[in-house]
Amino acid sequence: MTRFRVSVHIIPRRGLLDPQGKAVTDALHTLGFAAVGEVHVGRHLVIETGAKDAAAAEASVRTMCERLLANPVTEDFEIAAVVKE
Amino acid sequence: MKVGIVIFPGSNCEGDAFHAVVDQLGEDAVMLWHKDHNLQGSDVIILPGGFSYGDYLRAGAIARFSPIMAEVAAHAKKGGIVLGICNGFQIACEAGLLPGALLRNDVGYRSMPVTIRVEHTNTAFTSAAKVGQCLTMPIAHGEGRFAASEDVLDELENSEQVLFKYVDAAGNTTVAANPNGAMRNIAGVCNAKRNVIGLMPHPERAVDLLLGSEDGLVLFESLLVAAHA
Repeated sequence: MTRFRVSVHIIPRRGLLDPQGKAVTDALHTLGFAAVGEVHVGRHLVIETGAKDAAAAEASVRTMCERLLANPVTEDFEIAAVVKE
Repeated sequence: MKVGIVIFPGSNCEGDAFHAVVDQLGEDAVMLWHKDHNLQGSDVIILPGGFSYGDYLRAGAIARFSPIMAEVAAHAKKGGIVLGICNGFQIACEAGLLPGALLRNDVGYRSMPVTIRVEHTNTAFTSAAKVGQCLTMPIAHGEGRFAASEDVLDELENSEQVLFKYVDAAGNTTVAANPNGAMRNIAGVCNAKRNVIGLMPHPERAVDLLLGSEDGLVLFESLLVAAHA
């Protein structure tokens, strides 16, 4: 069993109103960042877990996202990194 | 009728629900701790409002894994009545007992009276009301924006599962009457079997004129109709 740090991004599904993202977008436009399109505010989780290898760690975190960490109705998730400790 | 009111860590409307059932309706109620494994013979389960588990991760996301939720799900599967109010609605959605999800409001936390229109009366929580009846009661939530895919919303409307909509004083579903940006002004829904009902507004806080409204009473009285049917 090896220890891994798995990073996950959870973001509001595209097309659903994201009031936090919209507020940040508006603020950036006010600051003059005219090139900014949309901003999406989500969550970044770092999960420390044991697994036999990186693929197993990723598969395990994927299941965690499906069961608890992301809402399947309104959110998407992506596993950003799997790092051996 | 015996009503079981589930207390999660962070629930804060269980006393109001108890008052509505016991003092106003004259029925029995029992408090159920979230770590309990039985419903003590309750006919109706209320998942009350509050901030279970501090609304961490997403409102209701962690409470749904409380031990008692397996019993609540079994009760619902057998056709037993489950009522989710505010945080209880969020928990029921997260648990898959109700369709859709409740997202962060479009304008932040709202605590105010709203008017909702009864869309359908063919459930245990609306049977004593009239279709089109407008009820005023408080809301107090930051994550109450009902959302689902357009397909699911169409299906909910076609199958008469949208029970309550936010309306203005004239009974119209306007943008201004929508306190949280809920899709199609939806304030409450039921499941396909019509025995699990959820809504964001607080009928249990509107059962006494002393506190501004008794419009919530008709919904609790509906439970009696079902219990004695």
